[in-house]
Amino acid sequence: MSTTTVAHHDDHHDHHPTGLMRWLTTTNHKDIGTMYLTFSLIMFLVGGAMILGIRAELFKPGLQLMKPELFNQLIGVHALIMIFAALMPAATGFANWMIPLQIGAPDMALPRLNNWGFWLLPPAAILLTLPFTLALFGIGDGALATGWTFYPPLSIQGGIGVDFAIFSVHILGISSILGSINIIVTIFNMRAPGMTMMKLPLFAWGWLITAFLLVATIPVLAGAVTMLLTDRHFGTHFFDAAGGGDPILFQHLFWFFGHPEVYILLLPVWGFIPQILQTFARKPVYGYKAQVYSFWAVGALSVVVWAHHFFTAGMPVPALLYFMYSTMAISLPLAVMFFCWIKTMWKGSMSFETPMLFTVGWIILFGIGGLTGLVLADVAADAQYHNSYFVVAHFHYTLFAGGIMGMMAGVYYWLPKMTGHMYNEKLGKLHFWLTAISFNLTFIPQFFVGLAGMPRRIPDYALQFAEFNMISSTGAFILGLSQLLFVYNIISCIKGGEKATDKVWEGAQGLEWTLPSPPPYHSFTEQPVVK
Amino acid sequence: MATTHSDHHYFVPEGVSYPVTLSAGLLSLAAGFVFSVATDKNKELGYLAAPGKWMMYLGAAIILFMVFKWMGSVITESVTGKYKKWEDRSFRWGMMVFIASEVAFFAAFFGALFYMRELSVPQLASFDPSFTPYKDFMGSWPSAGPGGNILGQTYTPGPLTPMGAWGLPAINTLLLLTSGATITWAHWGLIKNNRKQLNLGLFLTIALGTAFLICQAFEYHHAYTEMGLTLKSGAYGATFFMLTGFHGFHVTLGTIMLIVIWLRSLKGHFTPENHFGFEGVAWYWHFVDVVWLGLFIFVYWLV
Repeated sequence: MSTTTVAHHDDHHDHHPTGLMRWLTTTNHKDIGTMYLTFSLIMFLVGGAMILGIRAELFKPGLQLMKPELFNQLIGVHALIMIFAALMPAATGFANWMIPLQIGAPDMALPRLNNWGFWLLPPAAILLTLPFTLALFGIGDGALATGWTFYPPLSIQGGIGVDFAIFSVHILGISSILGSINIIVTIFNMRAPGMTMMKLPLFAWGWLITAFLLVATIPVLAGAVTMLLTDRHFGTHFFDAAGGGDPILFQHLFWFFGHPEVYILLLPVWGFIPQILQTFARKPVYGYKAQVYSFWAVGALSVVVWAHHFFTAGMPVPALLYFMYSTMAISLPLAVMFFCWIKTMWKGSMSFETPMLFTVGWIILFGIGGLTGLVLADVAADAQYHNSYFVVAHFHYTLFAGGIMGMMAGVYYWLPKMTGHMYNEKLGKLHFWLTAISFNLTFIPQFFVGLAGMPRRIPDYALQFAEFNMISSTGAFILGLSQLLFVYNIISCIKGGEKATDKVWEGAQGLEWTLPSPPPYHSFTEQPVVK
Repeated sequence: MATTHSDHHYFVPEGVSYPVTLSAGLLSLAAGFVFSVATDKNKELGYLAAPGKWMMYLGAAIILFMVFKWMGSVITESVTGKYKKWEDRSFRWGMMVFIASEVAFFAAFFGALFYMRELSVPQLASFDPSFTPYKDFMGSWPSAGPGGNILGQTYTPGPLTPMGAWGLPAINTLLLLTSGATITWAHWGLIKNNRKQLNLGLFLTIALGTAFLICQAFEYHHAYTEMGLTLKSGAYGATFFMLTGFHGFHVTLGTIMLIVIWLRSLKGHFTPENHFGFEGVAWYWHFVDVVWLGLFIFVYWLV
């Protein structure tokens, strides 16, 4: 895609406030993107610290460090933080930074809403974690202890931690919907002249489908937790058999949101992975159209497969079969995408800088996540695997490897563009190898203990699982500590380092690489023309 | 869509403090709500109820004030000509996606209604008589459930009369459908630059919306005081009040929005070419109208 020269334009908006007020009030897509990414990194460390507490407890059988109540709370809040406060904001942060640059837009379409979308996140995070602090002062019994899924009747019995989590989810939901509205409108209305939909960078395509999914499913989650709230405090019987309701109704509503959520977390990554591949394979993306259609197919299928999350809860056999086959059908568009990723690298002149290392590692590890998911989709096999550590290992291959390692590839890929400095390549590579190896050390044993019957979300376990849990906990601590390298590398890259060129990577393609590194505060006030 | 905009820079507003203050208000409202309702399950926390209430009032006041300021600056920008066709298209797309998300929100409650009506209530009546605790339960709709002891609390459903469709609800249907027509008539007036028709049409729409809300208030009062139908009346009561209640809340918001639009049109805002503010509210009003039709058919009529 070739572009005309970009005219840089001194704009009257350049007098923006400085210091704290700049960040509180900004309407600039790059500032807001930076805030999203920073928030995501902080919450990633918070959520990670919580799970290290869990892994420390699980290092040996028996109860050593914490009461089971706290264990349950840490597990649920870890998941909510990682999903809603680490992964989703990372994706939205990249969207804010990169979509306007990639499509030649002057900014996001609705800048004030964009600011609000970010500033809803800190209150939500406060609401989610406040019960821990309140419990220290003797108020309430801590955060929600139901796991992140809020299943009734447990969530109806729980204390104020559940109420706080319900409102946190409401506010996170508003934030996601605002972000989605903004991204959809930006992609539809702000593209540079000549940038047709089928020339749209895949990252924007991935995000567009993500935004559609969010708009369709987040309100259903909001409705479900609202019903939970009224069941808890206002005497309704949505999830109570005595009134004609059903706890399983909650599972349906929750997973109608929860399954698309998996793709909400992954589609933005699937969007920029091909861009990283084409940069470091120095070849154009293979199968652009096939990938766009696969995004649509995954998006459409994702909203009709939800019940595979609770096969064992009881449903008619035709429903079991339907949800099994439709779930397995998702592997078809995914196979198309895997083929396209591999074919993009095929016979390319590849080099393995950190983003590419993360990307190739991502393809392999996410592949394992996908294949183990196929096993779980099988109704008969799932009767054994359900609620075991196998599930935990599976979704960490999709969401840690597929989600967070993907985001890390994105961070290393775009950090020089965003900061204007190169990060430390040696440290980056070290970070990759430490992460990839310790990740497998953590989660491979969990497949085996899960198959052998170790249930998830239980603070104690049978002696036979001791060695594998010890390996897993050791891996988790290496994994957690090696993220400090990541943080150090990012901070030192922001502070200084070798100047990055405009193009940064030899094989980089796309509009964002035509701008200086870092790009001016307002870019593309004159839209480029895409031929 | 992707056309040249060489004559015009997209309007990116200056930084504002409304959104972050609004979020602080939401935090105060949510935390206050938890503190003031948490007492119903945990008597030791009763002392939090009073400060919780004040946090809620404070939060709500902040939110209302910030929405007022925020919308005010949007109106100022609109009348001073900051928004051209390009921005206008953003607002249109944005409103459409927002309404789509609202549809999904109501879908969750309709989903709960269909699930209970078609699956969970009939299933509770279908167990083997020698095992079920619900021996006398027939499982027909409308149902307040079989009753029983759940989570240490005994629930006994009272006698249940469903809200009939052809009294107040039918009048409400008529009121809302007419209001859909009057707002369209007002829009025609705006396009023809007939300000009288615009103002009158908006006034009629507001009057019809308010009449709807008054009728609904009567209906709720009747249900609670004479029919024994409450939010606690099992599956029927929960779905009835949550669906019609959230709808009524949306009608209230819509009516407030209509009043704002009406006051603006009295001040001479909106031109035949440029009136997204009007249209956004009109779309929202039609959406509320369509949801009502779904409610009338599935909640009131086909029981």
